[in-house]
Amino acid sequence: MSKVKSLADLRKMRDELQTKVSLREKSDNPEKLVQVKVSMATCGIASGAKEVMNHMIEEMDRQAIDAIVTQTGCMGFCHAEPTIEVTLPGNDPVVFGHVDNKKADEIIEKYVIRGELVDGIIPVNYETVKENKNE
Amino acid sequence: MAKYKNHILVCGGTGCRASQGEEIVQNLGKVLEENSLENEVQVVRTGCFGFCEKGPVVKMVPDNTFYVQVTPEDAPEIVAEHLVKGRKVERLLYTDPETQERVSESKDMGFYKKQIRIALRNCGFINPENVDEYIARDGYAALGKVLTEMTPEAAIKVIIDSGLRGRGGGGFPTGLKWEITRKVEAEQKYVVCNADEGDPGAFMDRSILEGDPHAVLEAMAINGFCTGASHGLIYIRAEYPLAISRLKIAIDQAREYGLLGNNIFGTDFSFDVELRYGAGAFVCGEETSLIHSMEGLRGEPTVKPPFPSESGYKGMPTNVNNVETYANIPVILLEGAEWFSSIGTEKSKGTKVFALAGKVNNVGLIEVPMGTTLREVIFDIGGGIKDGKKFKAVQTGGPSGGCLTEKHLDIPIDYDNLLASGSMMGSGGMIVMDEDDCMVSMAKFYLDFTVEESCGKCAPCRIGNKRLYEMLDKITEGKGTEEDLTLLRNLSNVIKDTSLCGLGQTSPNPVLSTMENFADEYEAHVHDGKCPAGQCKSLMQYVISDEKCIGCTLCSRVCPVDAITGDKKEPHLISQETCIKCGACYEKCKFGAISIQ
Repeated sequence: MSKVKSLADLRKMRDELQTKVSLREKSDNPEKLVQVKVSMATCGIASGAKEVMNHMIEEMDRQAIDAIVTQTGCMGFCHAEPTIEVTLPGNDPVVFGHVDNKKADEIIEKYVIRGELVDGIIPVNYETVKENKNE
Repeated sequence: MAKYKNHILVCGGTGCRASQGEEIVQNLGKVLEENSLENEVQVVRTGCFGFCEKGPVVKMVPDNTFYVQVTPEDAPEIVAEHLVKGRKVERLLYTDPETQERVSESKDMGFYKKQIRIALRNCGFINPENVDEYIARDGYAALGKVLTEMTPEAAIKVIIDSGLRGRGGGGFPTGLKWEITRKVEAEQKYVVCNADEGDPGAFMDRSILEGDPHAVLEAMAINGFCTGASHGLIYIRAEYPLAISRLKIAIDQAREYGLLGNNIFGTDFSFDVELRYGAGAFVCGEETSLIHSMEGLRGEPTVKPPFPSESGYKGMPTNVNNVETYANIPVILLEGAEWFSSIGTEKSKGTKVFALAGKVNNVGLIEVPMGTTLREVIFDIGGGIKDGKKFKAVQTGGPSGGCLTEKHLDIPIDYDNLLASGSMMGSGGMIVMDEDDCMVSMAKFYLDFTVEESCGKCAPCRIGNKRLYEMLDKITEGKGTEEDLTLLRNLSNVIKDTSLCGLGQTSPNPVLSTMENFADEYEAHVHDGKCPAGQCKSLMQYVISDEKCIGCTLCSRVCPVDAITGDKKEPHLISQETCIKCGACYEKCKFGAISIQ
């Protein structure tokens, strides 16, 4: 990867990268890609997030579901670890708590494939500061 | 296959379940079936909405209508009106206390979204091991802006105007610290990140480093540009292996992109960061100790002044800031001082991250604007006390802080209010305690920690805290006297006034604040030989009820010290002299025949 030599470079890079990451921010993205984020801070890993992440990757691979499973930091829901966030194309992200392999299967089978919700959704009760304003 | 058009989300948080949440789910299911809607509408139980005061809450998806204080009897009306006729059930909507208007969507409820994520903006959102995701979220844009469009003075002015204060606990104005470091003339200056998070129960900094390491690197580079330093050091405890590995990855990626290293953004500013590991000593969170530890010396504090800003690492001007403080910097520079200072209270701006732990339903990492009350944090976001117990106290500021009680619940949390209430902000640990927690034992726990962690350099801290601990131990054993209580208070004040560094100056706080707020509990231990919370083992005994005991002999078999005697099918007896109060018999008894007195 080339070096970032100026602020203009960085901005160009950001805009390119944003289209890649925007799947997660814009609900009207046409792509048929399922996004799964697994909360993998120390606390999440200690409660088994790694196994769940591997399980989800294998399981979705086996069922040929077009999905990206990534790790992320602490979502703050320590009382419900491991937590995962699932974004279906065209939908708002949904956070599920207490996800073990069994729960992961249920989420794939019901939510990812059929669009049904599953017990154990965690309502997100915070706002994040909006950036991209000072251009 | 059923394809649901609508979903009804019913809060399954502990609070809402207790108020018939489960019956609501069942009734809704029944009514949906009666209306042949069970294949179109799905009822789902969710985690806590953080709205417990108005629970049980029900949210309709996709139109996001939020119903509060719903009862099982409301189910037919919700189905008939909302789902069949498409009309909102007005009487179940939330009424805004200020405007008296009914609000239907949760996003319009000031009440609902109490948390604003600034420092945690990327935690749980981006992949921390991928610099591209950070850049896509405007990462390093603040550094670029400062380097190419601003002077160091102008950038420092933004930080000063924003009102940001040190998040490590002391609350010193960050911009001012930068300015002081800037003004000192020296050949080499250093920027240090204090990631030596040591309070029991605190994990804010760890979560930020694990979730958004680039934010800290970017802010350190900005700090370097502003203060005139080209070298950054992160002092992190070796017991945070995941944070360390993610920081290493982040540093490598930033170097690869030229965001650390020489001539950043094509300017003549160069900056690099290296990691220094701490062995987990609490005193090394104090900046002079931290610097000595980085120099390879014993982690002991020295008298301030000179402050590290004047003479720090290797005798050079050194700017030390905490992880969370750094995490705020890039956003402030992008969004402006005015925006940041519009959040919070008069003297404490922005937000604070708290690690909410203890006897609270929703244990978690939260970020709230300064000025939020403890009640909002514990009962709304935290979902109230576990198992329906009664709230007793909350400990803030760890071993340096104090406990706050019922009467402090409605005080807006900020640096100055917490100090005035006998506690402190600290780094942000918040441990909630219920009626089963003994306040004397709590103070003893923290003193035990302080005694372990005291570096031993000055006598008040080394010897004084040990004596405090012994007195507290005596009281919890039921051997305390009236004299001890006076001595405890006097010695605490002496330690506070005469210790060398922050550790000793604040270590008696848990004692003083519990003595102030729970004087009756100390007196009960001393005068009546009783522990009102039933936690002090020496002051309680296990007793077998003659009426309830059927003589199954289970208790005598699990007793590790053979303190229980009795024949088969005859009531048993516990010898109080032999009993070590392990509670094994109490847990094993199937007939509830053993009680604590």
